[in-house]
Amino acid sequence: MSDDYTAKLTTYLDGELPAAEMKAVDAHLRNCPSCAADLLGQVQMKRALQSASRRYAPSPEFRARIQRQIASQPRAYIFRLWLTAASVLALMFLAFLAATYLGRRTLEREHAFTEIADLHVATLASASRVDVISADRHTVKPWFQGKIPFSFNLPELQGSDFALIGGRVTYLGQAPGAHLIYEVRKHQISVFIFQDRDVNASLGSNLGVHRHRSFEVDSWSQNGLRYFLIGDANSEDIRALALRFKAADRG
Amino acid sequence: MPLFDQLFNFAHWLTQNRSEAEDLVQETYIKALKGFSSFQPGTNFRAWIYRILRNTFLTSRAGLKASATVQLDEEDAQEIPASSGTPESIFLDRAQEQMLQSALEELPLRFREILLLCELEEMSYQEISEALSIPMGTVMSRLSRARKALRETLQRKLGS
Repeated sequence: MSDDYTAKLTTYLDGELPAAEMKAVDAHLRNCPSCAADLLGQVQMKRALQSASRRYAPSPEFRARIQRQIASQPRAYIFRLWLTAASVLALMFLAFLAATYLGRRTLEREHAFTEIADLHVATLASASRVDVISADRHTVKPWFQGKIPFSFNLPELQGSDFALIGGRVTYLGQAPGAHLIYEVRKHQISVFIFQDRDVNASLGSNLGVHRHRSFEVDSWSQNGLRYFLIGDANSEDIRALALRFKAADRG
Repeated sequence: MPLFDQLFNFAHWLTQNRSEAEDLVQETYIKALKGFSSFQPGTNFRAWIYRILRNTFLTSRAGLKASATVQLDEEDAQEIPASSGTPESIFLDRAQEQMLQSALEELPLRFREILLLCELEEMSYQEISEALSIPMGTVMSRLSRARKALRETLQRKLGS
């Protein structure tokens, strides 16, 4: 028996020797009865060990338990998937509700501006546009006392292109309010003032100047009053007059 | 279930207790299912799941107790060549399977597990290296020492 080969026999038996060495051991075993006998003993030992170590088998109950546990994993996955899908659907539904709500608010807002535009056009088309004719705010403002259930301030226009034409009582729905007409470079601008509580909340606190149909419009809420400005003047004039009203209300 | 019988058998040899083996296998499958995304396709699944089982065992109370007896310098110990003696042949003449099982049970954990992976599961050295998280050289030396320890245990049993 060669010590060199003896040391390699177990590795040879495990099939872990490099190919060249495997061949060399093969050749050696054919000519070395001692190593061949040693290898035979190791092979038999290996087989006996395999047989002896295959000793413990799981019980059918344990096997069934693990199978159930593993089988529940996909269900858990499906449940998570379902939960995700349900969450997505719920979000979509909420988005739909939000869109519907926002859509409804937009519709209500549009409806309010349409009413304001109708009032503006109807007044300008009438033979008597105003009930109080005066360019003096100190004349126009007191005229409304006792006619509408609130008070308001009118801006000072000195040094500007705006001119007060006069005013009249108007109604938005059944809510009374003040309708003032201004002129700037021959463009008529209507200013409507109502109590904010009487106007649909969908209008928001401050919408900014924007276009509605063929008019420039603005609307805001200040100190419990709702202001609407509408006219065919450019947006800068609408904005400038709106700023004067805001300043007057603050003053 | 892949490798269920083999894993249970291996777990039982590690824990030497049926109930603990069941817990170990159960935990192994749970961990494998939870961490399946960490398994890299193309790598050795068998080595991967055996590694999970073994690591789970080593962190268990029984595993900590069993591994506490490991000699830190065992891999550096002088290599003893395969014996030219014939305990194998003597054993085969007289041995009973129970004696071999008893000898296996007596082996330290580190020897028992590597013999099982090599002889029973017929894992390659590379697979064993992955399953036990040890270098290839350590696989070879530990396997050699495990075989020697088994032979010596058998010799002792045959002599008594």
